[in-house]
Amino acid sequence: MHSHETHTQNFSIIVQLLLVLPFLISLISYIVAVIYSNQHKKRWSRFRILSWILGHLCAIITLIGPFAELTHVNFSAHMIGHLLLGMLAPLLIALAAPMTLLLRSIPVKRARLISSILKNSYFSFVRNPIVASILNVGGLWLLYTTPLFTMMHESSLLFILIHIHIFLAGYLFTIAFIYIDPTPHQVSYVFRSIVLLVAVTAHSILSKHIYAYPPNHVPIEQAELGGMIMYYGGDAIEIGLVYLLFYQWFKRSRSSIYSPETFSN
Amino acid sequence: MTILNKNERNNHKHENRFHYGQQNMWTGLLFGLGVVAFIDEVLFHQLLHWHHFYDKSTANIGLVSDGLFHAFSFFATIGSAFLLADLHRKHGFWLKRWLGGIFLGAGAFQLYDGIIQHKFMKLHQIRYNVDILPYDLFWNILASILMVIGIVLLIQTNQQKY
Repeated sequence: MHSHETHTQNFSIIVQLLLVLPFLISLISYIVAVIYSNQHKKRWSRFRILSWILGHLCAIITLIGPFAELTHVNFSAHMIGHLLLGMLAPLLIALAAPMTLLLRSIPVKRARLISSILKNSYFSFVRNPIVASILNVGGLWLLYTTPLFTMMHESSLLFILIHIHIFLAGYLFTIAFIYIDPTPHQVSYVFRSIVLLVAVTAHSILSKHIYAYPPNHVPIEQAELGGMIMYYGGDAIEIGLVYLLFYQWFKRSRSSIYSPETFSN
Repeated sequence: MTILNKNERNNHKHENRFHYGQQNMWTGLLFGLGVVAFIDEVLFHQLLHWHHFYDKSTANIGLVSDGLFHAFSFFATIGSAFLLADLHRKHGFWLKRWLGGIFLGAGAFQLYDGIIQHKFMKLHQIRYNVDILPYDLFWNILASILMVIGIVLLIQTNQQKY
């Protein structure tokens, strides 16, 4: 029994390292790209660098170290982890405009190749707000209302896949609504607002569902606290998303202001 | 002389208000709705603890309705703030009509909350372990008064258009 425990512990450290490695690589690559491209282009925004670093810290503390281990055993901690990895980290990382940085750091020819890849029908499909919402919030419903949640804690492979999905779906969701990087196939503000409203609704309903019907093997008190963390914590981040969406509308629609002469005609 | 100048300046600031009657109304409506939902959350859920986060007798449709209005309330608050800023930059703000929208939106949401959500969907009650009737009456009559004030203000500003 004892050897089994140490085995799973060692194994989980490997899992943690595997999950954290891509974040470490992207964190360093970004900073290298900033230093490199600053030499012959306009200086890159400090706000974006800070946003990138904070976003990565959010993801990394959820995936490795004492807090990551706590998320395995405590459902409230698990929920804070969900908010950090699936919502806050993607938002901060999207705000850092990584594609813009990538495109200005590489030769024009390759940049054209990458932007033509991003324009293809697969990316425009998954980036559609409805598809991105289903992948993100639909995935959460699947995780918390089926035995998948228990299975995730028993299989390391599932654990890795689900955590990658949570982050990627969160990032996709963010960039489906907020356009920071160059965005082919843009959709209207009204359409994005309505879909975001429905997605936020589905997220808050799921929080109350978790509160009332705990996922397998989660004690009721932890499920109640976890549901409330998801409800109010989700609100805080979603308010940020909604604010950014309307702010972008406000700036973009400046050109449509009518002058009094428009009316006199 | 200075008073005249001030009036002229104020008129200039709102010179386009008659062209944005609809936007003034909707900006107020959304703001009223959002503010009432916010007061409901802070006062009754967080400070007084009268309302419950989840009441075991809630029907599924109640959960959906609650989730939708919860999300809509902060959409409406933030959206109406930007719409208000948009009205000001277009010199189209109309205080009275905006207030009319606020009263109507606030009253309509409170009445919906009081009758549909509390009674039909049994989402939660205003307060537990008390005689609920006076609370319900006060809640819904207040909502109706707010709505009437809003409708009167909107009708008055509607006539000024022509």
